[in-house]
Amino acid sequence: MKQNLLGLEDLSADQIKNILSHAAEMKKIVLSDCKKIPNLQGKTVVNLFYENSTRTRTSFELAAKYMGANATNISSSGSSVAKGESLIDTAETLDSMGTDILVMRHSMSGAPNVIAPLIKASVVNAGDGMHEHPTQALLDMLTMIEHKGGIEGLKVAIIGDVYHSRVVRSNVYGLTKLGAEVTLGGPATLMPKDIDKMGVRVFNNVQEAIVDADVVMALRIQLERQKKGLFPSVREYFRFFGVDQSRLKLAKPDAIVMHPGPVNRGVELSSSVIDGDRSVITQQVTSGVAVRMAVMDMLIHGGF
Amino acid sequence: MLMKLLIKNGHVIDPANGIDGVTDIYIENGVVAEVGKNEDLDGVELEVIDATGKVVAPGLVDMHVHLREPGQEYKETIETGTRAAVYGGVTSVACMPNTEPVCDNESVVRFIKERAKETGYANVFPVGAVSKGLEGKLLSEIGEMVFNGAVAVSDDGHPVENSALMRRAMQYSDMFDITVISHCEDMALGEGDMNEGAVASELGLRGISAAAEEVMASRDILLAESLGCRVHIAHISTKGTVELIRQAKKRGVKVTCETCPHYFTLTDEACRGYNTNAKMNPPLRTSEDVSAIKEGLKDGTIDCIVTDHAPHHPDEKQCEFGYAKNGIVGLETSLGLGIKELVKEGYLSMSQLIEKMSKNPSEILGISKGTLSVGRSADVVIFDPEAEWTVDINKLHSKSKNSPFDGFKLYGKPEYVIVNGEIVINSGELMK
Repeated sequence: MKQNLLGLEDLSADQIKNILSHAAEMKKIVLSDCKKIPNLQGKTVVNLFYENSTRTRTSFELAAKYMGANATNISSSGSSVAKGESLIDTAETLDSMGTDILVMRHSMSGAPNVIAPLIKASVVNAGDGMHEHPTQALLDMLTMIEHKGGIEGLKVAIIGDVYHSRVVRSNVYGLTKLGAEVTLGGPATLMPKDIDKMGVRVFNNVQEAIVDADVVMALRIQLERQKKGLFPSVREYFRFFGVDQSRLKLAKPDAIVMHPGPVNRGVELSSSVIDGDRSVITQQVTSGVAVRMAVMDMLIHGGF
Repeated sequence: MLMKLLIKNGHVIDPANGIDGVTDIYIENGVVAEVGKNEDLDGVELEVIDATGKVVAPGLVDMHVHLREPGQEYKETIETGTRAAVYGGVTSVACMPNTEPVCDNESVVRFIKERAKETGYANVFPVGAVSKGLEGKLLSEIGEMVFNGAVAVSDDGHPVENSALMRRAMQYSDMFDITVISHCEDMALGEGDMNEGAVASELGLRGISAAAEEVMASRDILLAESLGCRVHIAHISTKGTVELIRQAKKRGVKVTCETCPHYFTLTDEACRGYNTNAKMNPPLRTSEDVSAIKEGLKDGTIDCIVTDHAPHHPDEKQCEFGYAKNGIVGLETSLGLGIKELVKEGYLSMSQLIEKMSKNPSEILGISKGTLSVGRSADVVIFDPEAEWTVDINKLHSKSKNSPFDGFKLYGKPEYVIVNGEIVINSGELMK
């Protein structure tokens, strides 16, 4: 039976730990002088991206190539997707070309759940709508472990546009399964109803969410949300919900600052926080390649 | 040749005439000739249905279906939609105007009536559009449509956003003694994929608040109240709407309403796994709403049970949840769900269920259906309310199979269905 990675909702704590410990090994390769291992030699990885992406797509592509796989990228413009081909038809076409792993990003929540049962290739969700982005949460957790030694007992504050964020949902599943305490902060207009039922505490006052945090994670604000009237202005957003040095002081003295990127400087985080010594944003990116190597390696060789 | 038909020893339920007991129905020349035991028929050559142990009721009237013809025959036609109807015991349907072209003028009304006469298995009553092209701007030719057989007007699928237009539609329709059926949805609030709440938040789907329905229901109640006109609120789904209508009825507002079997059976939990057969508009709500809908049916706030039968091609459902079309087929499961969820659960008596599925919608539409009164055309359904059956969506008789009720165990599959005195369903199967 092939395995997929559609979301962290589907994984047990042990499976998540297995991926993270394998990713820690892979990170050594990413940081080494010779970034080549043979684990995916002769395998084919297709990145099917229906949304723009720089870091996630490149990260998956490099992860595949570091392991010797054939990797190719398809974006929705410049493909038959632009001619109106359905997702299912596109996925089945790519599946018929000998694809072993289909990495998929799509603007619609649940899109990979539609595809996974229909094709032979393993499906890796690289972000579906407002639902999940499992490899992002895994790389976040790997980075947290590197700095904090583990996840259990950590207090993680996630600040920003929770409503539209797939990063939040995957992190909530992953972090709570591994025993962290998660608080969410952000404006009421960007907070999904009854999200506390996922086992988190919710604050509209960002300060309250940040107090005593070991990790402060800010989420990207899509600037078009402002045009839809979900918050009045970028200036006001930063004033009430942005993380600057004074708000960061409310967290633990050794708290780290994370962001899934790309960052809007002076909106989600002040520049001094981004560039400060607490920021681990660039390390997250490195962890991303390692996590994706681990995930794809395990999908091909026996699962999580 | 219309035959002489005697339905013997059935448990006859005819709420319009207060009948709820074992007796006979005699049908001749397509109409109900007699209700009661009649020894004079001894020796007369006639067909007999032994209905011992079965319910004999007026054929069901579903005042909210989408037959898709003209224009979307790949989903359903008048023939296939009415075939599904009679399999479900529904002998009359009112079909919504969101066809292509839109049923917003007399020629489309006439086309539907003619096609129904040529190909239909059940009686078909067109509902005309409130506004030309369902665009919510200009009134359609309501009078001419009524003269050609339209029984109500609605922009169903689209709300009438402009309050002044809705007000004029009520005033204008009142002159022709028809009701406006309102699809209550505030478009801005209604933008979303499923009910707003914990399930949507987990699945990352855009939530539709109960207020999206209730804001518009409030508006239409106030408009009807201020004008003294009628309004019928379509497919109500929330606790709040039930309460709004309950209070309005107490004040004497001429408001009626309907709900669908899915709103008293399923909750938004059904959307898990991105199940597009649980995607509809209004969306499936919470268990609290389901309870309120059942209470509303019980205390008479909710007048009718309709299906909002909305056939869609598999390609329109087997896709991303956000892209999937709204709606489900329902004609073949509505009676069974009503018996299972309402009668067996003690919310309604069988007679009350039949009333909400035949008499009440007929009265709201002003059509002479929904009773077994002597002289009325003989539309009858006969079923055993204790006989269990299992829904298999691949065996539905609609052209489309988009139902969330696959595998559900229901009761009372119609065994005989009579339309205008002719047996259309015999022993559970289609005659012609």
